[in-house]
Amino acid sequence: MIKVDNIHKTFGDAHVLKGISACFDKGKTNLIIGQSGSGKTVFLKCLLGLFTPEEGSIVYDGQDYSELTNNEKRYLRQDMGMVFQGSALFDSMTVQGNIMFPLEMFTKQSVSEMQDRVDFVLKRVNLIDAHHKFPSEISGGMQKRVAIARAIVMNPKYLFCDEPNSGLDPKTAILIDNLIQEITKEYNITTVINTHDMNSVMEIGEKIIFLKDGLKEWEGTKNEIFKTDNDAITNFVYSSELFKKVRQMYIEERN
Amino acid sequence: MNYIASIGSYFIMIWEVFKKPTKWRIMKTLILKEIDELIYGSLGIIIFISFFIGGVVAIQTALNMTNPLIPENLIGFATRQSVILEFAPTFCSIIMAGKVGSYITSSIGTMRVTEQIDALEVMGVNSLNYLVFPKMIAMFFYPFAIAIAMFVGVLGGWIASSFGGFSSSAAFIEGIQLDFTPYHITYSFIKTIIFAFVIATIPSFHGYFMKGGALEVGKASTTAFVWTSVVIIVLNYILTQLLLG
Repeated sequence: MIKVDNIHKTFGDAHVLKGISACFDKGKTNLIIGQSGSGKTVFLKCLLGLFTPEEGSIVYDGQDYSELTNNEKRYLRQDMGMVFQGSALFDSMTVQGNIMFPLEMFTKQSVSEMQDRVDFVLKRVNLIDAHHKFPSEISGGMQKRVAIARAIVMNPKYLFCDEPNSGLDPKTAILIDNLIQEITKEYNITTVINTHDMNSVMEIGEKIIFLKDGLKEWEGTKNEIFKTDNDAITNFVYSSELFKKVRQMYIEERN
Repeated sequence: MNYIASIGSYFIMIWEVFKKPTKWRIMKTLILKEIDELIYGSLGIIIFISFFIGGVVAIQTALNMTNPLIPENLIGFATRQSVILEFAPTFCSIIMAGKVGSYITSSIGTMRVTEQIDALEVMGVNSLNYLVFPKMIAMFFYPFAIAIAMFVGVLGGWIASSFGGFSSSAAFIEGIQLDFTPYHITYSFIKTIIFAFVIATIPSFHGYFMKGGALEVGKASTTAFVWTSVVIIVLNYILTQLLLG
């Protein structure tokens, strides 16, 4: 579980996060949604420890990040897996090299043990026969799978995903969403996903936090999001014609 | 004010490079890869440039010796001194600032843009140590390249001078042995080691701390080349004053 209490982050004169508090549950897919510029990515980078908030605390299963020593922070980071928006795979390494990288860095496993682990996670993300390909030789969807495989190879307690569906076709996007949810349940990890894709919200949104102008505007589940009367979230959710029609049907059915 | 802040950030970066070292097993591979890329991969251009620069220095010296009282062996002497003291260490370093420097800035800058550096940091890897340290160590082999440049430069001068009919082979060889001061080689290698450090670190700084997208990677490479060249030229002046003055 990750508990965030009143975090503030500024860049020069821009006050990006204005006191966000939230709780991300273990074994659930927690979604952060909001329009571009609402502070989602900065919030996620604060959770990852890439940005240090000026105020507030982030507590990972009882460990306050700001109170940890550099060494403790390093160990905590080994419990984190991250899927970046553009996958962020290392160009100079093959798929196998990318996934093996954290194992080589932080474990004392033999080459055969590492190889077994790589085979296992690649099978888990439904990627077989891609071991020796370079990131530039595989599709966007496959790159996302490799990024997920790399993120889970160390058996993380926390999985963070920054817009995992961006640039993917709807079918592949759903596959990636479902894969992330399955992994979350299977390994009982705390997953935080940053997205503005309403399909993801409908598919896997077990807990949703809506950010607006650096503040938490709303919190709820995927079922609650379609019933809320909050104007900001209604405008965000029903910005597409498809969802407007769904809402219309829902209102007509209710009446 | 921005310049002072950048200089401060540069020295903080150097300090950070030595913190949280990467496993030796991985670092060893990275260092060998960088030696191949930065040193071995640059030998061709260094040899090419040195050969022709040496040749041109010999020809220019010969063409400017109009007084018949000046001995013919001065061509070899002047070529040796010019190549060893300036052309090999300084001129080659400027070329390397362009070739190696832009490679370093663009490779690290692209990693920044594509969030690969963030990925390293999230994993708990000291990205500065992982990316910059192997380049710094690899560049310590740069004096070997410069030693080759010195040899090839003098060889170029000898070929141009003897085959071009500017002096006899014997006179040129006599000239390159005349009043030889071994300290000049030491001076040259001291300069080379310092320039190597500059070539490895300034482009790394510009790549690592760049902001923006693909266009900015190109701009950062240009800026890195300009600053590396400026620092090399200023340091060349200071070191010459300190070591030979």
